[in-house]
Amino acid sequence: MKTLLSLALAIVSSCAIAQTCDLKFTGKVIDVHDNTPLIGAVIQIAGLEIATITDFEGRFKFENLCKDTYNLQVSHPECTTEAFSIILLDNLDKTFKLEHHLEELNEILIKGKTYYTKAESILENRVKLETIETFSSGSLGDALKTVSGVSSLNTGNTVVKPVINGLHSSRITIINNGVRQQDQEWGAEHAPNIDLNTAGSITVIKGAAALQFSGDAVGGVIVAEPTPVILKDSLYGKTILSGQSNGRGGSITSVLTKSYENGWFGRFQGTVKRYSDFETQDYVLSNTGLSEQDFSINFGLNKITYGFEGYYSFFKNTVGILRASHLGGGEDQAIAIESDVPTFIRDLTYKIGTPRQEVIHHLAKFSGFYKYNPSSTIKFSYDFQQNNRLEFDVRRGDDEGDEASVDLKLTTHNIGLSVESDINDIISFKTGITGNFQENFADPSTGVRRLIPDYKQYKFGVYGIADIQISDKLIAEMGGRFDYTYMDVFKFYRTTFWESRGYDELFQDLVVEEYGNQILTNPEPTFNNASATAGFSYQFDDDYVLFTNYSLASRAPNASELYSEGLHHSASRIELGDLRFNSEISQKLTLTAQKKGNLFSFTINPYVSFINDFILIEPTGVQQTVRGNFQVWEYRQTDARLIGVDTDATFRINDALNYSNQFSIVKGKDITRDESLINMPSANITNRLDYILPFKHKIDVGIESVFNFRQNEFPDNNFEIFLPETETFQLVDVSTPPDAYHLININTATNFDLNNKTKLNISLRVTNLLNTSYRDYLNRLRYYADDLGRNIILQLKINY
Amino acid sequence: MKNLKFIIPTILLSVLLINCSDDDDTPEPVNEEEVITTVIVNLVNGTNTVTLTSRDTDGDGPNPPVETIVGEMKSGTTYTGTVRFLNETETPSEEITDEVEEEDDEHQVFVIPSSGLNLTSTATNNDGNGNPLGTKISVVTGAMSSGNLNITLRHEPNKPNDGTLADAGGETDVSVNFDVEIID
Repeated sequence: MKTLLSLALAIVSSCAIAQTCDLKFTGKVIDVHDNTPLIGAVIQIAGLEIATITDFEGRFKFENLCKDTYNLQVSHPECTTEAFSIILLDNLDKTFKLEHHLEELNEILIKGKTYYTKAESILENRVKLETIETFSSGSLGDALKTVSGVSSLNTGNTVVKPVINGLHSSRITIINNGVRQQDQEWGAEHAPNIDLNTAGSITVIKGAAALQFSGDAVGGVIVAEPTPVILKDSLYGKTILSGQSNGRGGSITSVLTKSYENGWFGRFQGTVKRYSDFETQDYVLSNTGLSEQDFSINFGLNKITYGFEGYYSFFKNTVGILRASHLGGGEDQAIAIESDVPTFIRDLTYKIGTPRQEVIHHLAKFSGFYKYNPSSTIKFSYDFQQNNRLEFDVRRGDDEGDEASVDLKLTTHNIGLSVESDINDIISFKTGITGNFQENFADPSTGVRRLIPDYKQYKFGVYGIADIQISDKLIAEMGGRFDYTYMDVFKFYRTTFWESRGYDELFQDLVVEEYGNQILTNPEPTFNNASATAGFSYQFDDDYVLFTNYSLASRAPNASELYSEGLHHSASRIELGDLRFNSEISQKLTLTAQKKGNLFSFTINPYVSFINDFILIEPTGVQQTVRGNFQVWEYRQTDARLIGVDTDATFRINDALNYSNQFSIVKGKDITRDESLINMPSANITNRLDYILPFKHKIDVGIESVFNFRQNEFPDNNFEIFLPETETFQLVDVSTPPDAYHLININTATNFDLNNKTKLNISLRVTNLLNTSYRDYLNRLRYYADDLGRNIILQLKINY
Repeated sequence: MKNLKFIIPTILLSVLLINCSDDDDTPEPVNEEEVITTVIVNLVNGTNTVTLTSRDTDGDGPNPPVETIVGEMKSGTTYTGTVRFLNETETPSEEITDEVEEEDDEHQVFVIPSSGLNLTSTATNNDGNGNPLGTKISVVTGAMSSGNLNITLRHEPNKPNDGTLADAGGETDVSVNFDVEIID
């Protein structure tokens, strides 16, 4: 491109045969997507051999032209060269639009302008491809934890659920390649069924501001997007091979993309992972192995004014759950908590027995866009998802472990239509409607009463968001959304429960039929949820930006919160929902100050949120059964308040040495009862030094210190059980959080150019270098076993 | 744009209608296969029979198990006994004891008297490996006393063990308590 430029300059300077013509031809070259001026675009007039270059405002000027028809060629280093024809009769001023961001064109198809900013008044935290690749052998939740304010709710180390500013599950919307993920996210032990390796970038929005995705993201939105396709004739790919000492296994992931300059593209991606039981410092975490196979296919056409995309992904995994976490009742729980080591340890094996989860997730999508005028785009999308979740428990009479205790099939259809339009230079507007049908089927052949009932759910949503560029520095944003939900549920209640709750009088009309000690009911709740956002971003100077956002989110209770009733085997507790719940309404105010600098950058992000009718689950007593005593956990609604702050800082000490720091803290309070909220992440601080070794061949080394404080604010949910052997009551301490812990991680990486197209990156990472034994408050298995010991991960990445 | 006004609702409606046309069969109830509702301990010495029953027909529902004792437990007596587990949510009721005896190496029944209760119990049947199973027991009563008698069924305990629950480990499948009186 440089040669072209200098050539053009040469042509300009050697210009030109003057004619006796006096017409002026002026104009501007701008980016077709956001109308920003393109600087340094070359406009050549064919035949005359004259050319000019656009200035800082994207303007150009030709003088002394004759009345004639001219053929022009407009080019820019980052754009496809375009040819135009003009008829010059008089002085003419004309604007040319070029397709900018050539390499990122696919983003336009996927997100349109929203790829760049999904919300204007709230800081978006981006997980870069580099980080995603580092965690290639792990899970989505692991990669997200690199963002300040994002923690995880774990069941062991392979079931990792993201927690944003203390909130998780149904309060987080996950957008996977433009599709809202529907994978039974309500369960605390249900991790997102997404292969991290399908993502090229992941954006975290810590709030409900991105209303185009959902109105119920009380906690936030996670947007995973694939790597954009390069718009030229090419075939390229990437393979990452990882092997690790802890889990004695590894993963391989490959992606191959074929692209054409005319806009067609195709991509195939696949991942396989296999791990044995993981280990702590002292013992094997028996039955924690993992097996995962995923693939995705993507094809489509990108043109400037139209395009479409088809996408299908398949995700399948089998996750072993620590054997020692399977308990019979309160007494077993007491013994397991008392014991320093898991109550069940066997030799390390690759076999995944019971308890375990087996999940298959299908996702298919078709989307298209049409730019019906230069500033307006209409988009259509349809997606289909099916999530089949099997949970296998330790069961009597099932030595093989092939009879599932939970067998749920969740099928979702979703269609969406949206219009994005720049009404003028100041206001841009996006609006859309979505329709959603979801069906849950719980297979009765499990021989275990349904945890989640059969239901059909119909949803309809409509939204509008306006961005207003008040001045060069000030952008305001406001939006609103309305969602209507109708559920048609068939739920079996135990007659004794139905009566003990007084439902027999309150909801008499819901009863369909009675079967012995069970009663079939047909609740048909509807929910109307309004949500809104408003805020602004202000650019003080080149370095400082301030974001302020207020968002109102409204979330309908999920099937688990409404209809749970009975023993949740995998949690060893009785869980009770409530038919009477209404929507949870959250108001969140966030402020973000950001400084971007060459040497020093920082972000500080304080927030406060008030959640009315916050739905939480907590222990309310102990219930006697033939199996002994079980703790009863009941959902209830209360008013909650969360206050916290996240900070990020990086300091470039010199060209080779970089220091970074992250800190986050959140305090959750049940205002109604004046006590702490359960399962709030503890404060944590991460310090990191990265150094480029001064060798001829560059080698990066890094050392990271992660310190997790002890959570000192927690509700007291302890209970007592009767021990027949000693005739005493024993306190079961399920509340006290584990101690603070400190982990050291190190990494080193280097690159080799195998040939001009093939690059090899080798990296070695050691996590928990000191083999510290620790337990994390937000790991559901913390009662029974330590967290992972040292892990050495060797990774080879080949780009070709 | 005018057309859109019609297209959008049409698409939405058609999707909804397609999905609505499903037949409205009501789901079938699930009868818990593995649930143990009833524990029956039967102790016999000649014509003296004592039957201890714990019955919880709503399983993990809100009602606690109901304990009943029929017959009088006499001091200084040796009883031959059986411990049975039933699922009475089904008709006829399912004999879970058979399953327990089939998978004898994976189960063990513990009979645990409180310290004030003068009673000892010994398993009289063993699993395939010669370790006690305990669905058949021998109970010897001592002097007149009263206290709690606990019956526990453990799944996948450590075998052999020293006879205490702590050493046995495994998971509790059953744990019921009876208020027992030994009379003269």
